[in-house]
Amino acid sequence: MTSLPQSTERKMGLVIDLDTCVGCHACVVSCKGWNTENYGAPLSDMDAYGAEPSGSFLNRVHSYEIEPEDNSPAQIVHFPKSCLHCEDAPCVTVCPTGASYKRAEDGIVLVNEDACIGCGLCAWACPYGAREMDSAAGVMKKCTLCVDRIYNENLPEEDRVPACVRTCPAGARHFGDLGDRESAVSQLVAERGGFDLMPEMGTRPVNKYLPPRPKDRLNGVRPRTATSTSEPLASPSAGATDSQSFFAWLDRALEKI
Amino acid sequence: MHPAPSVIIFTVLSGAGFGYLAFLGLGLSLDTGFTAFWQFTLAFSMTVGGLISSTFHLGNPQRALLAFTQWRTSWLSREAWAAVATLLVAGFYAIGVIFFATRFVLLGWLVAAMCIATVFVTSMIYAQMATVPRWNTVLTPIYFTAAALTAGAILSGQGAAAILLLLVLTLIQLACWLRGDRRFAERGHSIASATGLGTPGRIRLFEAPHSGSNYLLKEFGFQVARRHAMKLKVICIVALGVIPVLLIFLGGGIVSLILAFAFHLVGICVSRWLFFAEAEHVVQLYYGNAPAPLGT
Repeated sequence: MTSLPQSTERKMGLVIDLDTCVGCHACVVSCKGWNTENYGAPLSDMDAYGAEPSGSFLNRVHSYEIEPEDNSPAQIVHFPKSCLHCEDAPCVTVCPTGASYKRAEDGIVLVNEDACIGCGLCAWACPYGAREMDSAAGVMKKCTLCVDRIYNENLPEEDRVPACVRTCPAGARHFGDLGDRESAVSQLVAERGGFDLMPEMGTRPVNKYLPPRPKDRLNGVRPRTATSTSEPLASPSAGATDSQSFFAWLDRALEKI
Repeated sequence: MHPAPSVIIFTVLSGAGFGYLAFLGLGLSLDTGFTAFWQFTLAFSMTVGGLISSTFHLGNPQRALLAFTQWRTSWLSREAWAAVATLLVAGFYAIGVIFFATRFVLLGWLVAAMCIATVFVTSMIYAQMATVPRWNTVLTPIYFTAAALTAGAILSGQGAAAILLLLVLTLIQLACWLRGDRRFAERGHSIASATGLGTPGRIRLFEAPHSGSNYLLKEFGFQVARRHAMKLKVICIVALGVIPVLLIFLGGGIVSLILAFAFHLVGICVSRWLFFAEAEHVVQLYYGNAPAPLGT
């Protein structure tokens, strides 16, 4: 039924640390691997070895360049994006067939592929691009939060987390109950100021993102201002502002020759 | 948004068909017997043809009947019910008119009301999309309903009403475009709100998540060049409003009515193509695309 549950017992979801993510795309690959072999239709590739390859993925990593407000050097932020398992999930209520649903017990948003007619309306309703229509099966694919792993007693306990979390070499992805204020993920969100994506859409995402920390300032790296852009960002003596240092002495010695 | 031909044909034909059925329901220019048979055949073939066309964009059309189950929350499901219920009631009404030369007035009024309700429900499939600011306005249902009624007025030969509706529809169309161009900026969506990083102008896409295309870019990445859009808008207004008004105003009986409807239909198809092609989806922000600022 495409009516959303009033509330869910638990709010299982991901916390993604934008400070730690190194943009290796391992989560993308492990997600595709697990989800193409298990629950539902495989995540197909089209024209995989041709001129215009494309395919279905449930997780994608964008990379952004940010210029901090204080004009210090630009930062690169790697930004993994998958279904946020929203509390007010617009993708669920638009579904005409009842294929899209949000589970009352743990808040996971799923697609019953046997009932999906492939109209694409749920993908239209999602602001985050979390849903992709599979070109081969004609059904909507989305992150299942690895529902076939997290409760799977055939797997060793350490593997009962989503594939993306299990594989992340940087520890940038955290999985847990965001409805429980005592849980590790909730505390992480509280400590680090976790935020929602596009809060103005009113979707109330369960998944949270942790902001990147300001980077350490490298001595000699000048702030990017309009007047300094034509000069080199770092001089050979970067890191040695002290006039007594070896490089300062070398600099003076070379000047005299 | 990708302007899928099946969806354009669906909204244009079923809209015009329900608009015509509404006028037949009101008994305007409705004959009995054989003439009425052809009138209803035209109306039903447009509505049913449009509805069948809508199934062509489905990935699994064999399960289409399931679309009747979620009317509590889904406008698409409500559309399925509204269309079928309206066609059934209109069918009974048509049997009375064609075979018994009897027009059940109240039933006719009911048909007209249900036709307008069905077009409204169809429009809500698009108007409900908060992710597409251009559609997410009260103008969308007004535009769809006005377009349906205008087609109905032309087809049922209501000269004065048709001219009035054509002029009103032209104004509504212009309002949709003018307001639509401002909607995205008004709603305050930006790459900064999408990512929660930085402020607009200080964040840009450094590297895309994939080097090939994908469903999101094919479905939501459609962009129409602004200068092409301008030409199409001129063509649209001329075909949708100006020529039909002149043809009906100058008179000329059935031939000018058929010509007026043909031009109007071309205009509405261009209008509906632009309705999709110009619509910007907020997911584009993640790919570093934002609607071009006004004046560029």
